[in-house]
Amino acid sequence: MSELIEIRNLTVRYGEYTAIKDVNLSISQPDFIGVIGPNGGGKTTLLKAILGLLQPSSGEIIFSEKLENKQSDIGYLPQINKFDHRFPISVKEVILSGMAGKNRWIKPYSKKDDKKLESIISELDVEHIVHKPIGELSGGQMQRVFLGRALISEPKLLVLDEPDTYVDNQFEHELYEMLVELNKRMAILLVSHDVGTISSYVKGIACINTEFNYHPSNVISPEQLKAYNCPIQIITHGEVPHTVLGQHDHQH
Amino acid sequence: MIDLFQYDFFTNALLAALLTSISCGIIGSYIVARRMVFIGGGITHASFGGIGIAYFLGINPMFGAAVFAVLSAMGINWLTNRGNLRQDSSIAIWWSLGMAIGVIFIALTPGYAPNLMSFLFGSILTVSGTDLLFMAVVSTLTALTFFLFFKTIMIISFDEEFAKARNMPVKTFDYLLITLSALAIVASIRVSGVILVLSLLTLPQATANIFTRKFRNISIASIAIGFTAMFAGLITSYHTNLPSGATIILILTLFFALGKLIASLKFRSL
Repeated sequence: MSELIEIRNLTVRYGEYTAIKDVNLSISQPDFIGVIGPNGGGKTTLLKAILGLLQPSSGEIIFSEKLENKQSDIGYLPQINKFDHRFPISVKEVILSGMAGKNRWIKPYSKKDDKKLESIISELDVEHIVHKPIGELSGGQMQRVFLGRALISEPKLLVLDEPDTYVDNQFEHELYEMLVELNKRMAILLVSHDVGTISSYVKGIACINTEFNYHPSNVISPEQLKAYNCPIQIITHGEVPHTVLGQHDHQH
Repeated sequence: MIDLFQYDFFTNALLAALLTSISCGIIGSYIVARRMVFIGGGITHASFGGIGIAYFLGINPMFGAAVFAVLSAMGINWLTNRGNLRQDSSIAIWWSLGMAIGVIFIALTPGYAPNLMSFLFGSILTVSGTDLLFMAVVSTLTALTFFLFFKTIMIISFDEEFAKARNMPVKTFDYLLITLSALAIVASIRVSGVILVLSLLTLPQATANIFTRKFRNISIASIAIGFTAMFAGLITSYHTNLPSGATIILILTLFFALGKLIASLKFRSL
């Protein structure tokens, strides 16, 4: 275990409203953490604080030396519904934009990055759409492209915000298989409202509903969710390999 | 038609058409891509306040318009962020405030305001050397900015949050580009006036967008479409004695309709 990020007593407030309170979490190299919680529970706020898009009201986020180049060492996949799908930008341009960083804003990417682009597009299987404008993509293709943008800088931590929305079941399954593969070389922090599916892939589950509870196992019962004050609907998926709910005994 | 070129006013008008089609082609593509057209409308109309004050003080109206355009561009942002106002309301306030200030100062100016109509509806045939210089500076700055920082501008415009997460100078670019937009708008007021200028920034882009969805191609095509329409508008208005600004806008609309027609025929034949 080599630690990448340590979050200590992190609280974020928007004016009077407390979005997340006293979050403590350590993320290390082989982690695959699924963060679940109700809408408005602070899932996205937590991610934005980690990405430096929101300042902590109190507490701190400590980045290890391994994440010294914070910008490109964290890959970020935002919710795709917030994009303007008619923006005149091509798949290639979107993926390459993942090379951008603090010291690379005059020329965010160059010919030298073409090799990285090629390996990413073949890994994500998007060769046939690389010159298309993003407006012509399906939901699943769009997710692949934004995953490509997150991965091209070879991050050590991948952060995903609800990647399972706006995609079909087939792609959802492929996506999680891809993430399991990626988890061999990077830590993953995934936010989702769908506990049923993620629990069969992740190694640990965190519940966030303003308060934060980390559960270092991928099996979580409704009683535990209740204890964590995490009122979310649990959907069981028949074909997934793990049993999500029901009786289980495990050691912490 | 050849003899038209013997007139200084005509060659000046053509030069103005070329310069403004460059700045409008690029800035318009940016504004349309970022869905900032309504901000453009606010800036355009707010600049009339500067025209009025400059009239009253007896200085170059374009200078007054430039100051007001840039201030209102900043002001729209400021009122939205600090005043906790929704952006469209903030735009409407600057839009009408600028017009009101303009009307009041023109009323306060003794005597008849002969050029008022030219600022409202444009008069490309009366561009001065100073106007041309201003247009040249704005077009050069715009072209240079987009040439040098094209990728950065695309990344920030497409996903501002991602750019912020990557520590890119998002604020600096937002201010730089809104300032350039304000200046490009002012430079085009001579061509089609405060009231009609918005279509110079949107119609060529909408027409180009029928055939291409690449930012670079949209900008280049918009420059060509804009210049062709201005040239055709100039000739038409000369022969028919119709107002040039309005004629140019009508021709641009015609191009757009034609583009749609071609696209639909192409679609049908497939």
